[in-house]
Amino acid sequence: MEELLLEYLPILIFLGLAVGLSGLMVMASVVVGARKPDPEKNSAYECGFDAFDDARMKFDVRFYLVAILFIIFDLEVAFLFPWAITLSDIGVFGFWSMIVFLGILTVGFVYEWRKGALEWE
Amino acid sequence: MVIQALAFYLFAALAVASGVMVISARNPVHSVLFLILAFFNAAGLFVLIGAEFLAMILVVVYVGAVAVLFLFVVMMLDINFAELREGFLQYLPIGALIGLILAAELILIFGTWIVAPDVGQALTAPILPPDQVTNTHALGRIIYTDYIYLFQASGLILLIAMIGAIVLTLRHRPGVRRQKIADQVSRRPEDVIEVRDVTTGSGV
Repeated sequence: MEELLLEYLPILIFLGLAVGLSGLMVMASVVVGARKPDPEKNSAYECGFDAFDDARMKFDVRFYLVAILFIIFDLEVAFLFPWAITLSDIGVFGFWSMIVFLGILTVGFVYEWRKGALEWE
Repeated sequence: MVIQALAFYLFAALAVASGVMVISARNPVHSVLFLILAFFNAAGLFVLIGAEFLAMILVVVYVGAVAVLFLFVVMMLDINFAELREGFLQYLPIGALIGLILAAELILIFGTWIVAPDVGQALTAPILPPDQVTNTHALGRIIYTDYIYLFQASGLILLIAMIGAIVLTLRHRPGVRRQKIADQVSRRPEDVIEVRDVTTGSGV
């Protein structure tokens, strides 16, 4: 338990350094930098024009479809990690258990391929 | 040991603070970013209790994928959230009341919970002690064999999610002209080119 956490100590130190350094930079620019605000400087810059309208606009729903398909295959790969390293322990049963799991997801993959969900018109 | 305790309090305090910011931030995009910070701190807490694999999966799946999905949903809804959420914290008392009632119900349930005396040994018996086997190994030994029904059920749930997302959101726009490489390659000159004799001055 202790050794495990000792392995993570460099990451903690790295995180602390990263947070400290970036905070220091922000603070330094706040303290040292000269600030003369001006309405023209603060306004949004859009190729020299005034901003036309709000930047919040509707996204196409297909982005969402791509994201959710990515999550599903992401999870599938997450299940593959422990399976791959314990393959010698869990035997034939564990092997085929994963193959069935992959088969179920392959059904979905074939479905989305045939439906054309992976194509971007 | 001191560093461990310090790290725990840092992660726990940041997780709670970013959780509060998730519900109180004006801008929904900022809420999602605070949610990502909360996920990171939860991953840090997982590492502290020795659950390395869960911590990494939390970062990969929740930060890498679920938070992106939340961002898409936030950006896809065409609602002016700033107006919608004005005075959101005014409803905090009634929300807190409902939360308290739910907490009281949970306490009532868990207060009368009786654990069988030998369940502790039965649960921990088949897993090797943590100094002999790594986290991922210990999980892998049981997921695919002992818990095969749950594992296959999770596969089915993923399949349903995939099909559901496609059925709900896939719309083919009519009249889109795609490039068909096979058609282009199989096109022969003799099918499409015609040579005509044209007498001078008459035009085609």
